[in-house]
Amino acid sequence: MTSNGKARTLFEKVWNAHTVREQSADTPAVLYIDLHLVHEVTSPQAFSMLRERGLAVRRPQQTIGTMDHSTPTTPRNALGVIPVADALAAKQLAVFSENCDDFGIPMYALGDEHQGIVHVIGPEKGLTQPGMTIVCGDSHTSTHGAFGALAFGIGTSEVGHVLATQTLLQNKPKTMAVNVEGSLGAGVTAKDIILAIIARIGIGGGTGFVFEYRGEAIRRLSMEGRMTVCNMSIEGGARAGMIAPDDTTFEYISGREHAPSGADWDAAVDAWRLLPSDDGADFDQEITIRADELSPMITYGTNPGMGMPITASVPAPADEADYNKKIALEKALAYMDLAPRQKLLGKAIDVVFIGSCTNSRITDLRQAAEFVKGRKVADNVRMLVVPGSQQVKRQAESEGLHEVFKAAGAEWREAGCSMCIAMNGDQLQPGQYAVSTSNRNFEGRQGKGGRSFLASPLTAAASAIAGVVADPRAMTASSL
Amino acid sequence: MEKLSQIQGSIVSIPMNDIDTDQIIPARFLKVTDKEGLGKAAFCDWRYLEDGETPNPEFILNKPAYAGATVLVAGDNFGCGSSREHAPWALMGAGFKAVISTDFADIFRNNALKNGLLPVIVDRDTQQQLFSLADEDPNTTVSVDVEAQTLTLPDGREVGFPLDGFSKYCLLNGVDQLGYLLALDAEVTRFEANNRQRVVTTA
Repeated sequence: MTSNGKARTLFEKVWNAHTVREQSADTPAVLYIDLHLVHEVTSPQAFSMLRERGLAVRRPQQTIGTMDHSTPTTPRNALGVIPVADALAAKQLAVFSENCDDFGIPMYALGDEHQGIVHVIGPEKGLTQPGMTIVCGDSHTSTHGAFGALAFGIGTSEVGHVLATQTLLQNKPKTMAVNVEGSLGAGVTAKDIILAIIARIGIGGGTGFVFEYRGEAIRRLSMEGRMTVCNMSIEGGARAGMIAPDDTTFEYISGREHAPSGADWDAAVDAWRLLPSDDGADFDQEITIRADELSPMITYGTNPGMGMPITASVPAPADEADYNKKIALEKALAYMDLAPRQKLLGKAIDVVFIGSCTNSRITDLRQAAEFVKGRKVADNVRMLVVPGSQQVKRQAESEGLHEVFKAAGAEWREAGCSMCIAMNGDQLQPGQYAVSTSNRNFEGRQGKGGRSFLASPLTAAASAIAGVVADPRAMTASSL
Repeated sequence: MEKLSQIQGSIVSIPMNDIDTDQIIPARFLKVTDKEGLGKAAFCDWRYLEDGETPNPEFILNKPAYAGATVLVAGDNFGCGSSREHAPWALMGAGFKAVISTDFADIFRNNALKNGLLPVIVDRDTQQQLFSLADEDPNTTVSVDVEAQTLTLPDGREVGFPLDGFSKYCLLNGVDQLGYLLALDAEVTRFEANNRQRVVTTA
């Protein structure tokens, strides 16, 4: 607690520590940004604005760039280069490279040993640390909240604001405690927690809020699992999701490239231990779910809130009392070509995608590989495994995971956003069904006319082997 | 940014909830390095047939009667999903000056306001009334007064809407927020002097 005795939340502590100017009746708060992540897609217009106004980047040393969204994940050529076939993408990457050079921003180019998805490389390089403010022109910046940072996505105008001033104008959000009590059953993972939360609150349920994920099930997650949970906060409408830092957090950060060391480390950990919400701190809203009641989750519709336990049946519009929801469900089922009350278990699929800033880290790949080991991807299925970064790729290869995937018949790709965003050559064909570990099942998100079932890496791996939507628990029990 | 104080225009409605930014502007159009040409791609996968070029005659924005609409009325939670500012750029490129809904996703609303695209939040009854009016008469016009924060319906009824004071000031005066932040240089420098820099990316 603070000296005046007011119990504060994790969010309030980080917010207060970064307030350059308080919010007033006339103006939002001015918030200082510790770390700004930039990528090729949402930054070019911001750099152009700097040039037009003759402005410099205020803190290039608090900014880092990587290429991830529009980059191909196809294999390197004989020269070790990943060729970019799309002329527009090539131009965008060249412009990004030039912008980072001109403004003195360190940047990892396509194929560089440090390159990867922006939300994978921040944590793995030790740049993401508790108590920081982190922004990026990407809505999944909420990922970094897994470390007890306040991290959120911004638009390109705001990218320009941060580049020029290292600050942002922000109205203070409300807070929601999201308690996940109890412990997860076998085959149920972090992805299932967050899909269940979003199914419960709806995709707009967190609008205006910052989530703080709490409770035993959250405490027991690895950092990778916590990142998966925080990553999809935005799919519930919350710009940020946070988890109090603890020994799991400190252990993950320790020894990484940008982590403090020596006496600085001890001081940092001492400060980080003060960050968790005080006992009795007030949240504006609170919800609780029971981890032990959760099953592997899967989405059936065209937004991430349209999710259900994998053994359940697709809901029927006729059962929906709310008119708008009924219409939305009808439209979603038409797009997905699914019938009301249909089971998804056993539904034939065409593609399995393991990757994205939600589920492309080493533990995700290990989970999937363990399942795939000694088995074959079904003939009707194309399986892509796309590591989140070159570092994850090297780690996986040192463990032989790539051989497991390749032996099963899966494609082992270079690092990037890949089929999550379908602007880099990796995409579904019209009408195809995919079980995907990514974060959005919006119409066309993974390719025009493509249909996505969002699920965990375990469920995705099980479905790849089965050739149909499959419950990883059933397969583990019968065949491992 | 141009000054924005009054909007008067005809309405067109897409009465669906949760219209996400991937529908407003699909990701494959985000390879641009400027803001030009996005209007043509707004709602691309709804607006054009399979070939991506032939207008879908069924889609409301392609109906000649609604061709001049400048105010979009949409279902709840408009603009959810990605942070792409290409969404308001595309909507403005398609001729829209305001979007009316019961609520907006946070990042979209922020992005819209920074570009002079006005998000107008109304109650459900007003939203439903506008859906009906747009449906019945493509020439239905509404007016919006930014200063007074009111939306005036064809029957003369005035409906208030929320707008934070700072965004309103910026809209009315045609100034963007960066000028305000740049003017705080001394305060930011003081903050930096008093707070340890957490990480050094250039190290």
